[in-house]
Amino acid sequence: MNWAVLLRSGVENLQNHGASLQKRLRSLRRRLLLLLAVIGPGLITSNVDNDAGGITVYTQAGAQYGYALLWALIPMTIALYVTEEMCARMGVVTGKGLSDLIREEFGFRPTFFVMITGFFVDLANVVAEFAGVAAAMQIFHVSKYVAVPLAAILVWILVIQGTYRQVEVIFLFACVLYLSYVFSAVLAKPDWLIAAKHTVIPNVHLDSGYLVMLTGLIGTTIAPWQFFYLQAGFVEKKVGPRQYPQARADVIFGSVSCMVIVFFIIVCTAATLYASGHRNINDAAMAAQALIPLAGKWAGTLFAFGLLNASLFAASILPLSTAHVICEGLGFEAGLDHKFTEAPIFYWLYTVLIVVGAGVVLLPRAPLWKILIFSQVGNGIWLPVVVIFILLLVNRRDLMGEYVNTMTYNIVAWVTAIGMIVLTLILTYTVMF
Amino acid sequence: MELYATELMGVKTYDVQGNYVGRVREFFIEPAEAPNRISHFLLSRGHFQPLVAKHNQVASVSDGKIRLNVGEKALEIYQPNESWLAVQKDLLDQQIIDTRGRKVVRVNDLDLAEQRSNGNVELRLTQVDVGLPGAIRRLLQGVVPSKVVRKLQSRLPQRSIRWEFVNLIEPDPLRRVKLRITHEKLEDLHPADLADIMEELSASERQSIIASLDEQTAAAVLGELDARLTTQIVEDLDPEKAADILEEMAPDAAADVLADLSKETSEELLEEMPGHEAKEVRELLEFDRATAGGMMNTKFVFVSESATREEVLEWMRKQDQSFDQLDAVVLLDHKAQYSGVVPVVRILLAAPDEPLAGLKMEPLVSLAPEADAKEVFQLFDKYNLRTLTVVDKDNRPIGAIAVDDVVSHLLKR
Repeated sequence: MNWAVLLRSGVENLQNHGASLQKRLRSLRRRLLLLLAVIGPGLITSNVDNDAGGITVYTQAGAQYGYALLWALIPMTIALYVTEEMCARMGVVTGKGLSDLIREEFGFRPTFFVMITGFFVDLANVVAEFAGVAAAMQIFHVSKYVAVPLAAILVWILVIQGTYRQVEVIFLFACVLYLSYVFSAVLAKPDWLIAAKHTVIPNVHLDSGYLVMLTGLIGTTIAPWQFFYLQAGFVEKKVGPRQYPQARADVIFGSVSCMVIVFFIIVCTAATLYASGHRNINDAAMAAQALIPLAGKWAGTLFAFGLLNASLFAASILPLSTAHVICEGLGFEAGLDHKFTEAPIFYWLYTVLIVVGAGVVLLPRAPLWKILIFSQVGNGIWLPVVVIFILLLVNRRDLMGEYVNTMTYNIVAWVTAIGMIVLTLILTYTVMF
Repeated sequence: MELYATELMGVKTYDVQGNYVGRVREFFIEPAEAPNRISHFLLSRGHFQPLVAKHNQVASVSDGKIRLNVGEKALEIYQPNESWLAVQKDLLDQQIIDTRGRKVVRVNDLDLAEQRSNGNVELRLTQVDVGLPGAIRRLLQGVVPSKVVRKLQSRLPQRSIRWEFVNLIEPDPLRRVKLRITHEKLEDLHPADLADIMEELSASERQSIIASLDEQTAAAVLGELDARLTTQIVEDLDPEKAADILEEMAPDAAADVLADLSKETSEELLEEMPGHEAKEVRELLEFDRATAGGMMNTKFVFVSESATREEVLEWMRKQDQSFDQLDAVVLLDHKAQYSGVVPVVRILLAAPDEPLAGLKMEPLVSLAPEADAKEVFQLFDKYNLRTLTVVDKDNRPIGAIAVDDVVSHLLKR
């Protein structure tokens, strides 16, 4: 064989190889792009669960019981995934929002009451978020009279001026900022081995304080409004049934990452506050304050920054989601892709929620504590209603076709739903009395 | 007096002897008979079998009471019928298309009008209420006396749509035929408006509308839709129908659609398309979309530079196609190479026997198909172009980029 032929066949071989590699890379890139195009609603929704109220509860759980409650995170992840996945599936298959579906299948009156309840419960939640902003900024020595109005304006402008895609990018960035909790946990130098052990092996105490804390943990993580937001997110992104696997991946990724953050918050407070005996923590801001002498200035600052980010994040999503739900259900134009003049009621509702939500925090003797309780009680009462609507809808073959729940999935979903409902009712009862 | 569907639901019905027959649970329109007449009333009483009163069996509708002009024995037992449009199930709370306002709206209530004929009363659907009055009625009916509700609603702004302008959305094609739902009214809308409407709907509803439009309208709508939706729709269409629609699209638009599909689907559709069109689209698919080749259209008008104005116009008149979007004509020299561009306005103003060579725009600009999109934008901006010719290595024109291609590219970035 002469050299030229050998060389040529060698080059051809190399070219073929290169081409197949390129092809594989291209298909990988295509798949990644598909995923990136869909990802967002699940990730954002789950992370918003870690809002001001949530972080307070996680902090308390770590400060009071150390690592002992970590095992609850795995069942919580499953519960979060199971419920969110049903909404994602409905959004993707029907192309309609949750309140749209409730309206079409259950009529005007049930929809109206779901929405009115939603409005007041969400308003209370918004107040709680702005209270979180105020508390976090206090650690940075900024008065709430400066911080809260600024936050309200920021949030309002963000959503009014941006398109859905832009806003989503900002929200996704906010998800990344939750990593500040990872850093502050690392700075707290916890015993990772014990933490890992407690995550996998349940450690159930039977004293009432422990049980209340456990219920609180689960109750704050799954909030009713998030289902509406999640489903609307997929509808607004025009994710179709073919992209359902990507949508599901988004939901899985979201629920897991949400719980990972919770893990780090609990670990951080367990390693510092619990270990040193600071076990009575009233709110997350107090925890951040207490962290400074124990784990250094950075740990405390990062912790407070995480609280600020979470509160701001939730404060921009909650009013948005609420305005969406109400307009969709009542048949008004809704959505960020409309201009102010095209969807006036949508934007007005949004504005009112922010202005009232921030305004209440600014009242000199605002009963913030009572509002926080009201928001938790409200979530607790509203959640069963919403979850039952979801389960009824997702089992309708005329809506979902081949995508209805399977028998096994239904069992898991109903058990989760009933468990969640019982726990939130217990939580509601304990905070009320 | 105006009647509302909400008020009629649950009304007590009596037969000709004054015996109670049952309450109205639903009423139907039979579009095959009359497009807006309430044809049947579903009456139910406890656990008895529900009965149906026909439109000619109703003597009067008043004071929250319906009187029939026959005895209970004359009524038929209710059998579900797919070709009846159920007011409560199919209309209330559902989305419809307002073809006049060009948007998707949700039905709150229905307005009905009485029409007396010999011995009976017919109800006709006049308009669909999509505003606050309907919402208030739905909320308060049965809780607050209807007199109070009527007073309350008269102060609210009305938002209703005449029934003639309502286009129903029904994803099931069989049911659509039975209910005589056509999308003729939608075909009269501007494709861009129709595209906006379709973005509001769910996937199956979109699919049903595209499937029932004629190919030309469907092609125009697909060209206006969001790229992601276009991909979804084409993927779910029957390949033959999809190929027919793509054929109607401009080759560059068709190439854009195909480029977003998977390799297999795109190949399958190209196989279905006639050879000539498929070849053009295939050539365009070779180019990266962010280059001049990816933006150009291979359908463009070119003439010899020695042709006179009259000859060119004569030729154009004979062509069986629309030149609505034509901005300029590309000139070729005797070697069939690119020699310049003449704007349509210059042709319009020229003397009949003037050769086009003398009307050329200065300076002579063109680009290779590999040129970056950015170069295209810069040339358009610098020379205020409306058409840019793309030439191959031998300086032969292979396509033209129009200003609207540039605009849509800039918007997508």
